[in-house]
Amino acid sequence: MGTFVGTGSLVRLALRRDRIMLPVWIVLFVLTASSSASATVGLYPTISSRVEAAGTFNSTPALVALYGRIYDPTSLGALAMLKLSALGAALVAVLGYIVVVRHTRAEEESGRLELLGATVVGRRAPLTAALIVAAGTNLVLGLLTALGQIGAGLPATGAVAFGLAWAGAGLAFAAVGAVAAQLTSSARAANALSSAVLGLAYLLRAVGDSAGPNGPTWVSWLSPIGWAQQLRPFAGDRFWVLLLLAGFAVLAIGGAYALVARRDIDAGLLPDRPGPASASALLRSPFALAWRLHRTALFGWLAGFVVLGAVLGSIATNVGSMLSSPQAREMIVRLGGEKGLTDSFLAAELGITGLIASVYAVQAAMRLRAEETAQRVEPLLATATGRIRWAAGHIVMSLLGTGVLVAATGVAAGLSYGAAVDDLGQVGRVLGAALAYLPAIWVVTAVVVAAFGLAPRAIMAGWAALVAFLVLELLGPLLKLDQWVMDVSPFTHVPKLPGTAFSATPLVWLAVVAAVFTSAGLAAFRRRDIG
Amino acid sequence: MTTAISVSGLHKSFGRTHALDGLDLTVSTGEVHGFLGPNGAGKSTTIRVLLGLLRADAGEATLLDGDPWRDVAALHSRLAYVPGDVTLWPNLSGGEVIDLLGRLRGGLDPKRRAALLERFDLDPTKKGRAYSKGNRQKVALVAALASDVELLILDEPTSGLDPLMEAVFRECIEEEKRAGRTVLLSSHILAEVETLCDRVTIIRKGRAVETGTLAELRHLTRTSISAELATPPSGLADLPGVHDLDVRGTRVRCEVDTDKLDAVLRHLTEAGVRSLTSQPPTLEELFLRHYEDELTGKHAVVA
Repeated sequence: MGTFVGTGSLVRLALRRDRIMLPVWIVLFVLTASSSASATVGLYPTISSRVEAAGTFNSTPALVALYGRIYDPTSLGALAMLKLSALGAALVAVLGYIVVVRHTRAEEESGRLELLGATVVGRRAPLTAALIVAAGTNLVLGLLTALGQIGAGLPATGAVAFGLAWAGAGLAFAAVGAVAAQLTSSARAANALSSAVLGLAYLLRAVGDSAGPNGPTWVSWLSPIGWAQQLRPFAGDRFWVLLLLAGFAVLAIGGAYALVARRDIDAGLLPDRPGPASASALLRSPFALAWRLHRTALFGWLAGFVVLGAVLGSIATNVGSMLSSPQAREMIVRLGGEKGLTDSFLAAELGITGLIASVYAVQAAMRLRAEETAQRVEPLLATATGRIRWAAGHIVMSLLGTGVLVAATGVAAGLSYGAAVDDLGQVGRVLGAALAYLPAIWVVTAVVVAAFGLAPRAIMAGWAALVAFLVLELLGPLLKLDQWVMDVSPFTHVPKLPGTAFSATPLVWLAVVAAVFTSAGLAAFRRRDIG
Repeated sequence: MTTAISVSGLHKSFGRTHALDGLDLTVSTGEVHGFLGPNGAGKSTTIRVLLGLLRADAGEATLLDGDPWRDVAALHSRLAYVPGDVTLWPNLSGGEVIDLLGRLRGGLDPKRRAALLERFDLDPTKKGRAYSKGNRQKVALVAALASDVELLILDEPTSGLDPLMEAVFRECIEEEKRAGRTVLLSSHILAEVETLCDRVTIIRKGRAVETGTLAELRHLTRTSISAELATPPSGLADLPGVHDLDVRGTRVRCEVDTDKLDAVLRHLTEAGVRSLTSQPPTLEELFLRHYEDELTGKHAVVA
């Protein structure tokens, strides 16, 4: 068993490195779950009010596609955790693979693992340590989430089931991350591959959940996120479904170990192809370099967004016919729309899409700092390239990249919706509505750029800001937050198009805010030390 | 003779660490200037100030008659830089990086590029992540040497190169020198500095402690003498400038301050010299002498 030697020390090292990140993540999840629970308890005091709300919800395919089904209409817990069962499980899954990739492939790529590997560290120790940390994190997260929910007044069994569902999803995707880390030779690619698997899993369960009684509901059972939901916390608590999640994790982890045994350190399984001996005539500016560095990720995102847009557009077609009861209308209104049910559905979905596109915005803009800490920026800045020109390359990729993503979603959603209702004039409307989110997304980019210039060590503030905006968007109305708190998020100010009156003023203001933050960041970057 | 680099009284702190503490450095146009110092002495910090990557807290720095902080674009098209630790983009090939850096600097000579790839035995089609440390270093070296620039700033450029490639590097620098280019060469490899450099600056704790040609520096330091005498010497220990004296019968070994050499030799001839070897100090000894007290200081802490 010499290949596991050193696992203990590596676990301690990982915990030492993540001593801030992991607790923050855990606390964030637990607080979100328990505050969501306690807010709902007051909102639906009677069984009849719950049955009504659940019935409305279940008859709205758009919502079912996005969040999943409520399996027990009388259950307060099922209603309370509606938005957090699938979406929350997906976010926990992200944490799962990020932790594993961070302590395996990322370490290997940076060369630090080699340093450790030369000491008494077995070949399987790094992967084992990463999995132990991920599993531990998920268990603690699940347990605390359950306790938080019990504290908020939900039934204990259901709370435990819910916590375990989250933990199980996290563990399953930690295992996905473990496999991805062996297949690819960069942490970026391993995370991208895991994200693609997660996206697919989410989409599969969306298709299965929103299928009618005679439709392909079994598709949900192909997805680990679907399993987390089929555990049915607060609505039957089918603990045996955990076996599926555990079995999946065991199989994937076994696969990862088999791969570890077959490959060399630093190498992925897919061999590196040689590149060109000289650069193409186009690769001659910081912009061209930025395009080279961002294009693979952008194409991946683009493919995802086109699919997402098309699916949303086609679901939108059914919304009008499905919602006939007054409760349903009320529900839709509560979920963010204002008038015109299809329109408000589209507006709500485009809002979510805008938030997801912001993930790309942050990722692309963060590349500024990543290039700096990897010391790749110094040789560039030692050429005639000015700092601003160099930074502009990555910033433009963030700004234009999100533009492309949002436009692609708008066109795809408009086409699939327009084709279904025989009105291709919808393309323009939906595209316009999608583009209205751009200034808000650019504010997110600008927050990252400002942090990069003013406080480069606190660059993670970019992610923190995005998570805060996401929480406000998803839970703000439920938690009945004050308007000024909601106003912190740029997404609050975007007109909920299509369907409401368009007003350019807030968009102009958002663009101004984005410009001010970006300029402040760049001005500070010009004056500060590199490194 | 004009000055390519002129630095005086440079200060730079990072938090509580004083990386540069009144550093002076002058590099004349057309010379190869060795820049020596132990790890953490401030060599890279100085170079990063000269490249406009860091802003000095105080002091003057002039680079090719410009201000390294303000005139970045103008100055950088006239110089090339090789960092000590080259990191490449994992998905760009070495050839692409060479071309990109060359173009951003204002163009590179394709013939020189091809010749250098050949001499350094570098495969330009490999992706950044596939190169070893030495090969990454070669990518940066080829990119710098293939550019038509006046000044080369090299920060430990040969770290990771094998001895064969180190020899190629030396040849290249000799050629650069003949072509009239100025080179600032920070290095730990003293033999390299000794063969390549016209002048040397030794820094320590952010301050220049020694600067001059190797001949001048040798003058400031000690020559080792070992002699076989006709009769046992007397009074040698009382002479000024004699160190580490070891007398065994008629055999004498000692270190002599080079400017006191004359008097010591006269004293030895009085005793009758049978054989005599004298060794001028190597750069290594010179270098070690400047760090000796630091080393002994450390030992004292350990003990």
